[in-house]
Parts: sequence; C-alpha cells; structure tokens
Amino acid sequence: MNAVINYFSEIIGGFKTLLQGMGITGKHFFRAHKEIITQQYPDNRDTLTFEDRYRAQVYMEHDENNEHRCDACQTCEIACPNGSIEIIFDRVVDPETGKKKKVLDKHIYHLGMCTLCNLCVLACPTEAIKMSHEFETAVYDRSELTKALNKPGSKLKES
Amino acid sequence: MTTTEIDNKTGLVTQEYKINMGPQHPAAHGVLRLVLTLDGEIIEKVDPDLGYIHRGIEKMTERDTYKQIVHLTDRLDYLSSHINNEAVCLAVENALEIEVPDRVKVIRTIIAELTRLASHQLWWGVMGMDIGALTTFMYAFRDRELINDIMEETCGTRLTMNYNKPGGLMFDIHPNFQKRVKEFIKHFKVSLPEYNTLLSGNVIFKKRLQGIGYMSKEDAIAYGVSGPSARGSNISCDVRKIHPYSAYDRVDFNEILMEGGDSYDRYMVRMKEMEESMKIIEQLVDNIPEGDFETKTAAVLKLPKGEYYQKVESARGEFGVFIVSDGKKSPYRMKFRSPGFANLSILDKISRGHKIADLVAIMSSLDFVIPDIDR
Repeated sequence: MNAVINYFSEIIGGFKTLLQGMGITGKHFFRAHKEIITQQYPDNRDTLTFEDRYRAQVYMEHDENNEHRCDACQTCEIACPNGSIEIIFDRVVDPETGKKKKVLDKHIYHLGMCTLCNLCVLACPTEAIKMSHEFETAVYDRSELTKALNKPGSKLKES
Repeated sequence: MTTTEIDNKTGLVTQEYKINMGPQHPAAHGVLRLVLTLDGEIIEKVDPDLGYIHRGIEKMTERDTYKQIVHLTDRLDYLSSHINNEAVCLAVENALEIEVPDRVKVIRTIIAELTRLASHQLWWGVMGMDIGALTTFMYAFRDRELINDIMEETCGTRLTMNYNKPGGLMFDIHPNFQKRVKEFIKHFKVSLPEYNTLLSGNVIFKKRLQGIGYMSKEDAIAYGVSGPSARGSNISCDVRKIHPYSAYDRVDFNEILMEGGDSYDRYMVRMKEMEESMKIIEQLVDNIPEGDFETKTAAVLKLPKGEYYQKVESARGEFGVFIVSDGKKSPYRMKFRSPGFANLSILDKISRGHKIADLVAIMSSLDFVIPDIDR
C-alpha cells in the first residue's frame, strides 16, 4: 500500500515542480516588455556606447596638424608578447646638436596577432598609442589586418 | 579489439563497438574527442583523446618575460581568467617578496569571485542545455551579461581581462565599480532562487542526475579531483579555506560539502557556491581600503634561482603554477596544474555502466573547459 501512495505522491510532486518551473517562465513571458535586454545590433550601431577602458584595437592619436607623439623608442615593440608591433625608423642627424636621432617611419601593427593585452599602451612613455573602440575588425583578406598606425605624412609633435 | 558474443537464449550476435564522441560535438563544450567502447547503449570504456587545441602555452612561457606570461593564462581556463592571472602574479610576487597593497588584495578577491559567479552561471546554463532544458541558457546569459559589463568597465574586456600584473593591477577600479557590483548582487539574489525553482527542483532534471556518475571519496582523492567536483564527494579541498591567499583570510564564508558523490550533488555544490561567492563580495565591496593599486616594480622582472609554486581555487578546482627559475628574465620551465585535466581523468571510472545520454550529464557535472585541459 505504501508503495502505491509513494508512487502517486511522486507523480503529484513531479507535476508540482514542473508547474513551478512553468510559473517562472510564465512570469517572465508576461513581464517581457519591461525587461528587454536584447540589443538590436547592427541596427543600433549609431547609439552604441562603450566604456572608456574598452579595448578593441591599438591606434595612434593624431592631432589636427597630423602630428603624433611617437618618438620611435621601440618600448612597445619590446613589451609586446606576440610580436604584433614592428617599428620602422630612420636615423636622422639633428642639425642643432649633431647627434643621430630616431625618427618614426612606420609603426606597423598586426591586428591578427594582437591579443589586446594592453601591455604596449601601459609601456608607452609618451602616450602615443592608445586602445580604440573600433571593434568591427572583420576584413576580406588577412593582409588587411596589418596596418601602419601613423598616418601618411604625419610627423612628431614638437613638445 | 572487438569481442563477439552469442547470446545462448536468443541466439543474437552482440558485438562491442567503438564510436567517436567529438571532437566537434555540441555537448563536449569544445574540441574534446572521446572514444567510447559500447555494449549496445551501455558505456564500457571512455578514452579521452586530447591535442586538438594544444597551443604549447607552457613552452611559450619560456620565451616571454614574467609580465608577458600573465596574458597567456587568460587562454587556459577562459572562464576563470582573472583567477589564473592572479595565480601567476602571486607566484611571481612571492618569489620576489613583493608586498602588494591591501587595496589590490581586496579588489583581486572581488573580481575573482565575480569571475567565479560568471563561470558558474555559464556552467548552469549549459548544464541545463545538455540535459535538454534550453531555457536555462537564456536565464544564465541574461545575468552573466551584467558581470561582463562590470568587467568591461573596470578591466577593459569582457572575458580575457588581463587585469592583473605582477605587483598589482593594471588600472584602479572604475568609479562606478562598487555601485554596479551592488546592483548586480541585488539582482542576482532574486535570480538565484529562480534558477533553483526552474532547474534544481525539476523532477526530470533530478531523475537524470541522481545516482548517475557516482564518485567515491577514495576514487576522487586517488585521481586528484579538486574543486566543486571533489566537494560533491565530501572532500574538503577548498584552497581558499586551507591556504588562504589575497583577501580570503579576512572574509567569512562556508566551504560547501555534499555527501552523495553523484552528479546531482556536484550540481548542488556549485549552486550553493554561488551564494557563498555573493557573501564574499558583499563583505568586501564596501570595505575596499584606500591606497595604491600597484607596487612599483622593475621594468623586467628577474626571479632568483629556485622553484616556486602557487595554488589558487579557480572555478573548476585547484589551479597551480610551478615556476623553475634559473635567474633569467624568462622562466626555465613553467608548469600549470590545471583542474580540468585531473577531473577529466576520472570520467572513464565514473561513467562505466551508464548510458551514452548519461555521459553527457556526467560531463556537464564535472564542468570541463577544454583549453584548460589541453594547453
């Protein structure tokens, strides 16, 4: 007799748990209009906001005169764990002091190798490179992931 | 070798056979290949085959400086990336005898517990999905998103944060950090009972897990199982309790232990651990001491000659970092003791005699992250 009672109480208890679960789902179903958390990307591309520290890729800041702050010291190149940064520079003789000085030719950045660890940005002594919020990095060809961060014709900012 | 048997009564010819589960199996949580030896639907043997996502991270560490190594550990167990970072940083700090400020210790602990919560939430969602309850995934991801947003604001990225560095943190916490963490705790205190009503009490879910994948205490110790999976078999192994690091010695929390040792007990350990994590965060979030967020260290760290070991409690168990230094700027050898690898080794033992469908439940209850197993 006990076995029969247990059998039926188990079935009833089982149904109860199922209904409780359904209750949670039902509650959210009727409240759904109040708690929409889905973002309609890419339709909301214009209104997307990012946190200041969000890291998507490295970029070099240029001011309105097309001048940057990179003095080709190669600290970022040494700090990078993956070899994502290559600095190509010329040695130019300073006319005033007569000493040879590094001048940035190209700051090559391989986005395909970058793990966005932020070590280069922390290492940079002149705050020339920063992390941008440009997160849509898909390209058609792998070679497009390698880019020069300094804009053509740009030069070092006189401080 | 396959063996052929002829049933004397019915005259049926039965044969044991082998099938592959994975490496691209939706329930395998990554590229894990299991070679199953089956008798009908009954599992006779499970042979895990690794190597599909081997990246040689331990070898790569020999090339990098100690500051560069930290970001590689994000890619081991990506769900407890902050905790892995912390392990490397603590190992390096202990070796160099750097004393980090109290503020760093507390912030590290809060973020480690947030990471653990996010990891358990994802596990809970995926566990329900493996069993067949697709809704849970949506609930888990809704709440996990809030943690990811907090991480994005303070650490800069959502998953592979790389927020630690030897000697401290990369940045100070964001001004909104405490407010948002409190908001999240308030929200999750309502959500967690929902999780329990939705799945933990569900009769179908219980029937699928109770009595499945029994792991005895002796077996768990013999195979080196750690973390929530071992605590489900009543083994006290929480590194946070036994060897407190960071700020765990100043918080009050319970180590969850269950007696049963089956899949449902391993499930319940994690569910209750989420409550404990919230308790830890609540105790610390209002008491972040003032001070620096880093200690100044040399640009290139050189560890003195010797061997160093540091273990921490990641979301999956005991994560250990073993460094052999020969006094240069890179380690001579670095070994990671990943919890997933030891936990995987017991899969064969506990799933023998069960059905294939139960194997999926057992695997979920052990909570594997494949990049952690296969470095």
